[in-house]
Amino acid sequence: MTDNTKKPKKVINKSKTKVPMREQAPMDRIMNFEEVPLGYTEDEAHQEALRCIDCKTKPCVAGCPVGIDIPAFLKLVGEKNFEGALRKIKEKNFLPAICGRVCPQEDQCEMVCTLNKPDKGREPGGIGRVERFLGDYAMEHNLTITPEIAPATGKTVAIIGSGPAGLTAASDLAQKGHKVTVFEALHKPGGVLFYGIPQFRMPKEILIREIDGMKDMGVEFVMNYPVGKAEPLDSIRQRFDAVFIGTGAGLPWFLGIPGENLNGVYSANEFLTRVNLMGGYKFPDGADTPVKKIKRIAVIGAGNTAMDSARTAKRLQPEVVYLVYRRSRLEMPARIEEIHHAEQEGIDFNLLHSPIEIIDDGKGAVGAIRCQEMELGEPDDSGRRRPIPIEGKIRDFAVDTVVISIGQGPNPLLSADCPELARDERRGTIVINDYAQTSFENVFAGGDIVTGGATVILAMGQGRVAADAMHRYLMTGDPAPADNESGDVCPNLT
Amino acid sequence: MGNKIIYTKELAPKTKLFEIEADHIAKRGRAGQFIILRVCDEGERIPLTIANRNPDKGTITLVFQEVGKTTEMLGQLAVGDEILDLAGPLGKATEIPTGKTVVCVGGGIGNAVVWPQVQALKEAGNKVIAILGARTKELLILEEEIMSLADMTITTTDDGSYGRKGMVTHALEDLIEEGEKVDEVITIGPVVMMKFVCKATEPHGIPTQASLNPIMVDGTGMCGACRVTVGGKTRFACVEGPEFDGHAVDFDELITRLAYYQPEERASADNYHRCRMEEAADNLGNHG
Ligand SMILES: Cc1cc2nc3c(=O)[nH]c(=O)nc-3n(C[C@H](O)[C@H](O)[C@H](O)COP(=O)(O)OP(=O)(O)OC[C@H]3O[C@@H](n4cnc5c(N)ncnc54)[C@H](O)[C@@H]3O)c2cc1C
Ligand SMILES: Cc1cc2nc3c(=O)[nH]c(=O)nc-3n(C[C@H](O)[C@H](O)[C@H](O)COP(=O)(O)OP(=O)(O)OC[C@H]3O[C@@H](n4cnc5c(N)ncnc54)[C@H](O)[C@@H]3O)c2cc1C
Ligand code: SF4
Ligand code: SF4
Ligand code: FES
Repeated sequence: MTDNTKKPKKVINKSKTKVPMREQAPMDRIMNFEEVPLGYTEDEAHQEALRCIDCKTKPCVAGCPVGIDIPAFLKLVGEKNFEGALRKIKEKNFLPAICGRVCPQEDQCEMVCTLNKPDKGREPGGIGRVERFLGDYAMEHNLTITPEIAPATGKTVAIIGSGPAGLTAASDLAQKGHKVTVFEALHKPGGVLFYGIPQFRMPKEILIREIDGMKDMGVEFVMNYPVGKAEPLDSIRQRFDAVFIGTGAGLPWFLGIPGENLNGVYSANEFLTRVNLMGGYKFPDGADTPVKKIKRIAVIGAGNTAMDSARTAKRLQPEVVYLVYRRSRLEMPARIEEIHHAEQEGIDFNLLHSPIEIIDDGKGAVGAIRCQEMELGEPDDSGRRRPIPIEGKIRDFAVDTVVISIGQGPNPLLSADCPELARDERRGTIVINDYAQTSFENVFAGGDIVTGGATVILAMGQGRVAADAMHRYLMTGDPAPADNESGDVCPNLT
Repeated sequence: MGNKIIYTKELAPKTKLFEIEADHIAKRGRAGQFIILRVCDEGERIPLTIANRNPDKGTITLVFQEVGKTTEMLGQLAVGDEILDLAGPLGKATEIPTGKTVVCVGGGIGNAVVWPQVQALKEAGNKVIAILGARTKELLILEEEIMSLADMTITTTDDGSYGRKGMVTHALEDLIEEGEKVDEVITIGPVVMMKFVCKATEPHGIPTQASLNPIMVDGTGMCGACRVTVGGKTRFACVEGPEFDGHAVDFDELITRLAYYQPEERASADNYHRCRMEEAADNLGNHG
């Protein structure tokens, strides 16, 4: 045990690289749906935390969309005070076990870390890995950092949608003493965390535990309740003092090329929903929702959703999984770790290939996907080199399944039944002000339904800002902080 | 949890009617809308039309045919049992005209969907002619219920065992030829039947709504499994439908898409039958 009375001598781990994390070997893991990275031991987490030099400017804090005090929690881990470190994180982020696993750290906290000097072979602090360790530590030791719940205010709040944005808002508002009810259209809570992100990347048990914790805090969950259909927003608005909309991105985009409605063409959402939410990989013995026996499959796109689809497909034991992307490696939007894992697992990457047609096998199902090969041209306005077709270079991939993963628009369910709610005309997203307030006074919104497809931590950040604003609104009638108060505005959306 | 079954009735072999407690769906549901249910953990989500509603009592009626594992499991439930998950109402409601002559053409289980529509159309002051078809007398459902509402009801069976012999399309064509001024047709039933109903009305320029039944997963517009081609455009039936302009629907594509999982569904049903037989055998063993 560290003696807190004496100032501990500063110990630093001078290793240039992160403490490696053990993983299931690629050839083993493609045979199962178990998690791939196995997490740190206490010693490994301790060693990694000691790499942080507690630099003066602490750019990592600003790199985190919710502003976790990273050096402070790393320091506590360096002192082996895991519970204290966890408390520190939970001040800002109530789902560390999840964010540690799914945040694109290389674009956020770790990207700006002072240690990060790729040209000198030096890696940033393994912030995400230590964060994950703490989340897991809490679970293994059954540590519930029970938030203090303020005395009941007598105010009621409805949360529509139970993704990370809705869950964060619900948890924060419950802590502030409001009576919170969460409405979810599907039969399980969690949004993309449940139906999208696969088990091998984020075990569902983590989510279930967090949701059970919220139930213990008095949050009520109503499943199978598509607001807008089951009850109009107007009615919810009248029944509750304030409402938060976190209905997420939903509507999958298709390419608009010939053959897209052939049998065997799925949106990534459908493919992942069949396998994750409905447990299709256990069909027919363990679950009733069928997934076809796949022999050869092409996944179109290169974001997290595409990597998840490709790696999920791989676990259904086909002969080959192609990944087809029209740009180059540099532009692939997925987390680096996922790209890396996909490569290790033998996904066949085909960059600079743009699908132009899906070809019928003669029986109304997919026979092949035809692609135009591309090369990189001049940089466009954004400075990225634009892919242009190489004339005459057409390539067919013989496949029986195609998964399209090129992004998604806002969930249409609520919007369709509430045309009065102000929306961005072009994108269909809900419009909010700095305090997450929509065009209806007591209705707030956040997450992908506002930003378009973004990230878990951004959705959570917005849920939190909205919860603060809603709390002020409930107590004073004004969502903006009083002049002498500080208050966050919505995290940068771009 | 709610969703308690309070009444059941067998309408025809393998066709059942359930009345279920579901207050908000009973209050908000409209003709043309459906629910999605799940019977067990790891079970499939399946869509069924809201065949009737009793807002005062807070109940809805579902009519379903046992065609595969999920509907068979549902059929095993009895009064007092609860349905695990029941979400709705989903989909767009039928657009109900006023003061028109509307022909509703139902086939097989489709009669269950016609029922609330005939009711809604009558309430809005339309003249309603129902044409109800079945393969054979035994399979004809809801004739009395619909007959008591519609201005006129024509019944057909393919084998002539009851009503007119022949298909619903013939009855419809005759009706039009006899000079009945038909403003609109609504059709619900097997896809092939709907296709021919639409073919029959097209030359006469009679607007025809077809209620489509593509395979669905979430029913909330999130997955695209339910996509159908209407007028050359891809539409999501669960949020933009299930009713579409029948003259613009690509029925052949829908037929192909509906058949995609047949081998898997059969495997699942066989598996289920085997389990139930083993269970029955076990029970015999235990009691014997
Ligand atoms: C496959 C996949 C992988 C991803 N991987 C990553 C990753 O590695 N890292 C990362 O940071 N981000 C990732 N993302 C993005 C991230 O998951 C989303 O940005 C985030 O989940 C958005 O959260 P949200 O709360 O806004 O909405 P969602 O998570 O989309 O949840 C919205 C919920 O609202 C419900 N709902 C919708 N309409 C209604 C209604 N009318 N009534 C009631 N309920 C309704 C929906 O059913 C859903 O459960 C991934 C996304 C996908 C699809
Ligand atoms: C909007 C909508 C409303 C519906 N309303 C009703 C209703 O009121 N009553 C009713 O009995 N059925 C209705 N259906 C059809 C019903 O959903 C299917 O019969 C059911 O999903 C079959 O599930 P299962 O697991 O029992 O059978 P499965 O094992 O899934 O399938 C058994 C057989 O039925 C076929 N099948 C599967 N799904 C469908 C479908 N969506 N339509 C037609 N055939 C299908 C399969 O190809 C297979 O041959 C509706 C469908 C939709 C989309
Ligand atoms: S929440 Fe995400 S961005 Fe913030 S510190 Fe944790 S891993 Fe980094
Ligand atoms: S930027 Fe890196 S080194 Fe500096 S405090 Fe943050 S984690 Fe530590
Ligand atoms: S059933 Fe998934 S979008 Fe319609």
